[in-house]
Amino acid sequence: MSRILLAALLAGSALASPVVAADLRIGLQEDPDVLDPDQSRTFVGRIVYTSLCDKLVDITPELKIIPQLATAWSWSDDGKVLTMDLREGVVFHDGTPFNAEAAKANIERSKNLPESRRKSEVKSVESVAVSGAYQVKISLSAPDATLLAQLADRSGMMVSPTAAEAAGADFGAKPVCSGPYKFVERVAQDRIVLEKFADHWNADAYHFDKVSFLPIPDTTVRLANLRSGDLDMLERLAATDAASVKSDAKLNYAEAVGIGYQGITVNVGNGERAKNPFGEDARLRQAFSLAVDREALNQVVFEGAFAPGNQPYPPNSPWYNSELPVPPRDLEKAKALMKEAGYETFDLEVQVANNPVQTQVMQVVQAMVAEAGFKVSLKSMEFASLLQDQTAGNYQASQVGWSGRVDPDGNLHQFVTCKGGINDSKYCKPEIDKLLDAARVSTNEEERKAKYDAASKILAEDLPLIYLYHQTWIWALDKKVEGFVPYPDGMIRLADVMFKS
Amino acid sequence: MLSYIIRRLAIAVPTLILVSIFVFTLQKLLPGDPALIMAGEDRDPAAIEFVREKYHLSEPIPVQYFYWVKGVLQGDLGVSLRTSQPVLGLIAHKLPVTIQLAIMALVIAFVIGVPAGILSAVKKGTVIDYAANIVALSGLSVPNFWLGIMLILLVSVNLGWLPASGYESPFVDPLRSLETMIMPAFVLGTSLAATLMRHTRSAMLGVMKADYVRTARAKGVRELAVILKHAFRNALLPVVTLSALLFGELLGGAVLTEQIFTIPGFGKLIVDAVFTRDYAVVQGVILCAAAGVILVNLVADVLYFLVNPRMRATL
Amino acid sequence: MSAITEAALPVAGAQRSGSRAWKKLKANRSALVGFVMVAFFVAVALLAPVLPIDDPAATSWSAVRKAPSLAHLMGTDEIGRDVFSRMIWGARASLIAGVISVVMAVALGVPFGLIAGYFGGWIDQVISRVTDAMLAMPFLILAIALAAFLGPSLTNAMIAIGLSAMPIFIRLTRGQVLSVKTEDYVEGARAVGLTDFAIILRYILPNVFAPVLVQATLTIATAIILEAALSFLGLGQQPPAPSWGSMLNVAKNFLTQAPWMAWWPGAAIFLVVLGFNLLGDGLRDALDPRET
Repeated sequence: MSRILLAALLAGSALASPVVAADLRIGLQEDPDVLDPDQSRTFVGRIVYTSLCDKLVDITPELKIIPQLATAWSWSDDGKVLTMDLREGVVFHDGTPFNAEAAKANIERSKNLPESRRKSEVKSVESVAVSGAYQVKISLSAPDATLLAQLADRSGMMVSPTAAEAAGADFGAKPVCSGPYKFVERVAQDRIVLEKFADHWNADAYHFDKVSFLPIPDTTVRLANLRSGDLDMLERLAATDAASVKSDAKLNYAEAVGIGYQGITVNVGNGERAKNPFGEDARLRQAFSLAVDREALNQVVFEGAFAPGNQPYPPNSPWYNSELPVPPRDLEKAKALMKEAGYETFDLEVQVANNPVQTQVMQVVQAMVAEAGFKVSLKSMEFASLLQDQTAGNYQASQVGWSGRVDPDGNLHQFVTCKGGINDSKYCKPEIDKLLDAARVSTNEEERKAKYDAASKILAEDLPLIYLYHQTWIWALDKKVEGFVPYPDGMIRLADVMFKS
Repeated sequence: MLSYIIRRLAIAVPTLILVSIFVFTLQKLLPGDPALIMAGEDRDPAAIEFVREKYHLSEPIPVQYFYWVKGVLQGDLGVSLRTSQPVLGLIAHKLPVTIQLAIMALVIAFVIGVPAGILSAVKKGTVIDYAANIVALSGLSVPNFWLGIMLILLVSVNLGWLPASGYESPFVDPLRSLETMIMPAFVLGTSLAATLMRHTRSAMLGVMKADYVRTARAKGVRELAVILKHAFRNALLPVVTLSALLFGELLGGAVLTEQIFTIPGFGKLIVDAVFTRDYAVVQGVILCAAAGVILVNLVADVLYFLVNPRMRATL
Repeated sequence: MSAITEAALPVAGAQRSGSRAWKKLKANRSALVGFVMVAFFVAVALLAPVLPIDDPAATSWSAVRKAPSLAHLMGTDEIGRDVFSRMIWGARASLIAGVISVVMAVALGVPFGLIAGYFGGWIDQVISRVTDAMLAMPFLILAIALAAFLGPSLTNAMIAIGLSAMPIFIRLTRGQVLSVKTEDYVEGARAVGLTDFAIILRYILPNVFAPVLVQATLTIATAIILEAALSFLGLGQQPPAPSWGSMLNVAKNFLTQAPWMAWWPGAAIFLVVLGFNLLGDGLRDALDPRET
């Protein structure tokens, strides 16, 4: 009798031993905006969605498209119908089952919700047909090679149709998706808390009970929090802090070159202010570009952590044209080009956003091009005014960047085609339009690469956009966090990430 | 008394209206198109159009103001363009945080400033008085954002004693709340301490010359009792009422302090809102802040009136 | 109006108390210390172009964020510029911002206050309500909104600060006018037939002068901190032009690697502001008729 009692007591105590909750605290650079994948527009919002909402497809670190909620897909011969097979056994956080109807409702929401900011991303979608309980056929108005990449981001994020129906545009207050973590609470500018969703189709791969996102804009303070143990990991470590994190035994360091870029947009055709030599004569722009020592820029401002660039894609991207490597600084050639254009010195006004990093970059550039004869005056502006001036054409040159898209079209088309939606330089060349429009509809990778290569050759001559560098996403993690894989899109994917035991 | 209060409240109304018109117009004149910013990086024309429609951004400014006033009278201060959260809700969440910061700062300011002021008044003209004055002025002269940065460097980064950022409500975790708020409250409080010290000093000086103090001394009451029981108690009320007037300064100081220590309060809300052209938020916050300042000033004036027997006689 | 009747009227006490005030000021030790501090910074700012210091805009890729040394007495900043030199040139920005914004505030505020106080009636109501409205908004927020409206630059920051500080002087002046308005000699002047303008100029303004001077000195201190605050937020003097506030803004990103970038500008702001506060304090003690 006593042995049974002893065994029972032992078993009981084993069951009663406290399980330590594994809570992951992530420090973000900004506070996300509205938490609705169809309305959201911030980078940090996407980081939250990576844990909160599953998408139809996802990407590998090499930017290849892989299944997530869609298990297989195929294009029709004319490239106008995309058939997708959907994963079975998936359920939303509120219990609604995920199926073809749900997928259809989601894509239609992205297209039709008045507040939707995804409309241009799914513009080519004409209709979605349910061809089986777990199969949809997406019909396009014209072939669109970029669609799959769009579905690997916010447009492809699946939200619960019941919740979306009920909440409408206020969905963001209490988002309901089907990701590995579900929404618990949000305190504006303080924290976003998610907890593990036990019924996730891949629940075993996720080891944290709770994930909290804490926006801390100051990079020094964010790092201080990580060091003191108030955070477990943070995104966008300042490049100048990289060395101290690497040499810190209690911290881990991870980086991935991002898919975006930073550069100088030149007004070549946007209104009156384009009518100046810098906007009209490509030689001056080439001289400017040659006078910049991109390696040194990277070294001085980012301690070598970022990647110098001269194309919309970083040098390690599969879309990079290797025949046009990042040019080293050539002061002689720059001066010669200027002379050819008829100038010993040239006055130029460059707008820059009034944040310390971009201002620092431009001050370095300013000093560098001064040696070739460019007298750059910097006009620091608040981002809001900068954007307005840029779109209105009220600028000569402007230092801006782009966060980057998985599909190469996303980094180029809207910026340099005649009717491009973000073409602030109003650069317009029919050959570029032809090349980029063709690249966007072909699904043949080699064909696309050839077209982008041809386009980059022309753009390297015309330089409506002088690319400077590509931002590297840098994460700092507490030593106890293992399994983290850095992705070029800057997202934090928590599958197989856990605390060291 | 009542008629005085009513008169003051009546004057407050046109003042608030003026504040709202002024801020509204200023914001609308700020360069930058909020629809463009809110539409996102992709600048989808449909999204831009939608934002313009929904928030009446293409209408002339007086029309937009009218829509806003209509909303306010119905208790709706609009929504944040950035997060679509209702402004009233945002304010309701963040005001307590800033109020907590302000109260803690006031307490620190009192604890430092008032004894210093008493000491300074009692030891008027001596080295102690002189030194206290310098210390007080130093507190006033230190840029509080610099003090904050230096404290973070010393206390959080180097010593690791206190967290560098964050906030916890005192109702959820009082210890953590204290940990996160003590440094910002100290930074905010030191400049106030200076002002309080000087007010206390001059109030004490005024009071100590009074007849009842001389009487107490003549009666042989111990000096300490004279100072604390007789002089200070009477000096306290003007000090309190004067410090109510510091409320406006507190709000202003909180702006930067919250920015540096990442405290999700009123001040941080409005700075972010100005930069992202989040009109409704700026409008709502400033209106509340102005109403608060006016109210507190009124309370202070009423208190002063009541406390001051000479002024009470004129009622 | 005859010269005799004019001379017969007692001049408002300003002249007599002037010399007494000066004596008191000279005796006040803290005011003296304040004056010396202010004078030091003013001298530094004025002499900047002729001092043997580095070019504040000269960058150096090899000397990025170096600690203080013999070559660079205060170290170098994030793109290799000499901090010492930038500190000296930065003094100009801070002092100019402080002084000019207050001059603007006084130049606008005092006339409005005079008009409001002297003429009373509905013009007083209007000016007072507008002043109340401006004072009801927290100073810094008003300055931020104005600076954002005008665009980030030192000039615009000065305008923003000047406009934000104007209501203080309106209220101060108005209060002074109200208390002086009822004095006998003002009544007398009016009886003699002096114009309003002459009365204001000759009898009211001198009484306003002292409190305005004290307030102005103290407001310069606040204005310098405000300019630094605006620059800290990115709204004031823009790089590469040096300003203590914008230097602090950049320095906060390098706190752990290059803390000296933050020490110097902050300490300088502190000292110059302390100087003005001490000076203003001393002026107040000297000019305050109650403190004998």
